[in-house]
Amino acid sequence: MTAPVAPRPLVRVFLVDDHSMFRSGVRAELASAVDTVDIVGEAGTVAEAIEGIRRSTPDVVLLDVHMPDGGGQAVLERVRPVQPDVRFLALSVSDAAEDVIGVIRAGARGYVTKTISGADLAAAVRRVADGDAVFSPRLAGFVLDAFTQHPQTPVSDPEMDLLTQREREVLRLLARGYAYKEIASQLFISVKTVETHVSSVLRKLQLSNRYELSRWATDRRII
Amino acid sequence: MDGRVVAGVAHGLAEQLRLSPLTVRIGFAVLCVFNGFGAAFYLALWAVVPLAPVAERPAARGRRVGDIGRLAALALLVVGVGLLLSGRQLVRNNVLLVPLLVGGAGLAVIWRQADDTQRSRWLRMSSRIGGVGSDQSKRAAAVRIGGGIALVLVGISLFLVLAGQLSAARDALVPMLVVLVGVGLITGPWWYRLVADLSEERRERIRSQERAELAAHLHDSVLQTLALIQRHVNSPREVARLARGQERELRAWLYRPEARQESRFAAAMEGVSGEVEDAYAVQVETVVVGDAELDDRLGAIVQATREALVNAARHAGVTEVSLYAEIEPNLVTVFVRDRGVGFDRATVPDDRHGVAGSIIGRMERHGGTAAIRSTPGAGTEVELTMTRTQQ
Repeated sequence: MTAPVAPRPLVRVFLVDDHSMFRSGVRAELASAVDTVDIVGEAGTVAEAIEGIRRSTPDVVLLDVHMPDGGGQAVLERVRPVQPDVRFLALSVSDAAEDVIGVIRAGARGYVTKTISGADLAAAVRRVADGDAVFSPRLAGFVLDAFTQHPQTPVSDPEMDLLTQREREVLRLLARGYAYKEIASQLFISVKTVETHVSSVLRKLQLSNRYELSRWATDRRII
Repeated sequence: MDGRVVAGVAHGLAEQLRLSPLTVRIGFAVLCVFNGFGAAFYLALWAVVPLAPVAERPAARGRRVGDIGRLAALALLVVGVGLLLSGRQLVRNNVLLVPLLVGGAGLAVIWRQADDTQRSRWLRMSSRIGGVGSDQSKRAAAVRIGGGIALVLVGISLFLVLAGQLSAARDALVPMLVVLVGVGLITGPWWYRLVADLSEERRERIRSQERAELAAHLHDSVLQTLALIQRHVNSPREVARLARGQERELRAWLYRPEARQESRFAAAMEGVSGEVEDAYAVQVETVVVGDAELDDRLGAIVQATREALVNAARHAGVTEVSLYAEIEPNLVTVFVRDRGVGFDRATVPDDRHGVAGSIIGRMERHGGTAAIRSTPGAGTEVELTMTRTQQ
C-alpha cells in the first residue's frame, strides 16, 4: 500500500432507515471503505433520527425516503433549519419521480438507489460531504424530462426555470451512465467544472418554483 | 320443468297466493277479454316482479310476489294502463287516470323488489333514522312521515272533489303534485339510507377484491421468485437475474397500475431492456426522456436498440449496460453504453450480422444513422439518431 498523497478526514455518516436489516447491510458495504467513511450512528424512526443527528452532528446523513411518520422528508424538514451544515444523501428502493423530486426539493443533495455498490456509495457519500451533488442516471433523466420537455410552459424566472446548454449536456452524459471524470474529458472541461454544473442544476431543482415540476412528478406516477 | 309455461308469472303468483296455477292462468285469460287487460297485467308482473332467489327455492324458479302492498301497486298501475288503452274519453279527462297512474307508480316504487329481508332492513333503517341520535331527530322523522301521510290524504280528497266536478285537467295537476311530494317525503329517508348503504357495501367489496388480487399477485410473482432464489443460492448471477426481473415486474405493477401502453416509445424501450435483462442476466440502467406514439421509424429504433443491448450483453463481458433514449420535437437519440472489453472495428468481419444488418442497416433503411465507438478494454457505445417529422 502506498501512502495517500493527502490523507483526508473520514466522512462521519449517520444512517436512517426503518429496516434494521438494511442498516446492517449498508454498514457491511461501507466497511470496505474504512478509509473514507466512519459510521457514527443510526436510527430507525424519524424521531430517533432527529435526536441522533442532533447529538452526533454527522457530515452526511444517509436517508431512507420511505419511513413511517413522514419518511425522509420529515427528517429533512426538521433537521435542516437547526443544523444547516448536515448534508443529506437519499437512499431508496423507489424510482418514482414523485419521491425522487420530493426529497431533492426538501433539501437532499443527491439520490441513489439501494442497489448501489458499496464502493459507489462511499464515493457518493464523499462527494456529498464535499458539498457537491450526486445524480444517478435516472435522476438526471428526470430533471431533463421535467425541465426540457415542456417548451410551452411559461417561465417566470429564466435564471431558475431553465437549464443552460452546458448543464443539459452534462445531464445527458450523466443519464448515459458517464462518470464525472468521463464527462469532463468528453466536454473538455475539468471535473470541478462538471461538479459546478451539477450543483447548479441541483440548486435549480430545489429552488425553481416551476409549477410544472411538481405536476410533472405527480403525473409520472399516474401514467 | 320448474312449473313455468311462458315466463313463470302465473306459477309464481299462484304459489304466492296459494292457488292452483291453472286458476291463475284462467284468470289471466279471462282478463284478456277486456281490451287485453290480462296480457298487460301479465307483462307488467313479468317486468316488475323479481325472480325467486335461487337459494331460497332452488327447484322452482317461479316468480314471487312480496305481499299485498306490491300487488296493490301493480294493480293500480295496470288499471291505469288499461284505462289508457280503453277509454279515450277518460284520457281526455285525465283527472282519474293520471293520479291513478302516479299513485300506482309511487306505491310500486316503494314496494318494488322489496322482498322480506330487504323490507325488514328498510324498516330497521327507518327506525334507525328515527331512533339514532336525539329526540329532535326522532321528532323530525315523525313530522316528516306524518306530513307525508297528511299530504297523501289531502291529495286524495282533493282528487275526489275534482273528480266529482270533472273540471279542467289543469286542476288535477295540483293534487297530483301534492301526492308526489307526499310520497317523496315518506320514502325519502329510506332511499337515502339505501343508496348510502349500497355504496358502502360496494366500497367494501372493492376493497376485499383488491386485497384478494394483491395476494394472488404476490403469490404468483414474489413468492415464486423467492422460492426460485432459494434454490439458486449457489449461482449469484442467476439470483441477481431473478431478483432483477422480479423487481422490474413488481415496480411496473406498483407504479403503473394502468394497462401498460406498449404503443408508446418509452414503454417499448423499457420493454426491450427488460427482455435483454431477463435473457442475458445483465442489468440495463434505462433512462428515457420524453415520449411519443410508436410508429414504423420509432419501432425500427427500438429494434436496433434491442440489438445493441444484446451485443453489449453478449460480448462486452459486463453485468451492467446503460441505455439512454431521448425524444426531442424533431430528433430521437439513443445511446447504449457498456464498460466492457470493447473491440477494434477493423477486426470485426463485415458479414457480422448483428452490427451491420440489425443496427446500421436498419437505421439507414429508416433514414437514421448509427455510430459505434469502441475502445478495446474501455467499452463500447452505440449511438442511434433519427430525425423526426412533426405531425
